[in-house]
Amino acid sequence: MKKIASLLLFAAFVVTTAFTINAPTPYKIGDTATDFKLKSVDGKTYSMSDYKSAKGFIVVFTCNHCPFAVKYEDRINDLAKKYKSKGYILLAINPNDPAVQAEDSFELMKVRAKEKGFAFPYLFDEGQKIYPQYGATKTPHAFLLDKNRVVKYIGAIDDNVDSAKDVKEKYLENAIAALESGKTPSPETTKAIGCTIKAKK
Amino acid sequence: MKYYIFFAVMFLFSVQIQAQKIAVYDNYAALEKAVLSDTNTTYVVNFWATWCAPCVKELPHFEQLNAENKKVKVVLVSLDFKNQYEAKLLPFLKKKAIKSEVVLLTDKDYNTWLPTVDKDWSGSIPATLIIKNGKKVFVEKMFASYEELNQYVNSNIN
Repeated sequence: MKKIASLLLFAAFVVTTAFTINAPTPYKIGDTATDFKLKSVDGKTYSMSDYKSAKGFIVVFTCNHCPFAVKYEDRINDLAKKYKSKGYILLAINPNDPAVQAEDSFELMKVRAKEKGFAFPYLFDEGQKIYPQYGATKTPHAFLLDKNRVVKYIGAIDDNVDSAKDVKEKYLENAIAALESGKTPSPETTKAIGCTIKAKK
Repeated sequence: MKYYIFFAVMFLFSVQIQAQKIAVYDNYAALEKAVLSDTNTTYVVNFWATWCAPCVKELPHFEQLNAENKKVKVVLVSLDFKNQYEAKLLPFLKKKAIKSEVVLLTDKDYNTWLPTVDKDWSGSIPATLIIKNGKKVFVEKMFASYEELNQYVNSNIN
């Protein structure tokens, strides 16, 4: 009897562990996001804990190949420049497996960062450990965290992928403004079309 | 004789135009009403775009489903950029000789329409929606084979 009980317990443990590894619950507003230690195109590694005096973090999952991400490249770069001086650090992470999407290799990330003059760390989620914890599903996918890494906003950068000048609502910037003035962002989450993250097969 | 040639050319020309024309909707609710509202039809709606590599990869499975599974009608909802309609979408459809119904959706109010397809849809594509008698089954994934797709569809409509 004892044997059966311990076997069952073991089975339950295996099932639970397997489940947790395969599908972590995506972050919701109010969750504390994990820090990471990822290498950037400049050869250095970056963590949020490196920025002791930051007021918050803009974590954007993006990549080289996705046309939606490409349309947002300049806007992401502008955001990084604009908010760095205000204490909000933008960290971009490429979550794709280059074995599935060759354009998203670390080498080509370096090329793209140089071409576009990226003013932010462009990090590589090597081994794809980070994006599943955030629950990122697509590129681009933005997360705004406060200085304690509490998730304040999840979703799109703004409401017009086609044209920056026709944007009506700058969701991400509005959320940063709300965070800055101690208010709750509205909306806290938005939806947008994007390219599925290319997971290892 | 001259007239025959003239009419033949005219005829071919008009067929050509017909083949290339697809409906464009700037509002999902309008698309739903126009294309997905017949209660006697079971729809398999695939959200895709020519720029989405996994979508393009699974497209032949949907074409095969449309041809072989007589219980369903496949509707391919393209989310291509509006300004690439003529430059990319139409040549793609012609080149691949797509037979399923294709519509272009340019609704950018994602916060409104994505949750009406499925409340948990993050917006990544490919994604597939089955509609039967107003009941919806949604999945955000790529189908690796026709068999997988056909089996998934049959298990959800029978």
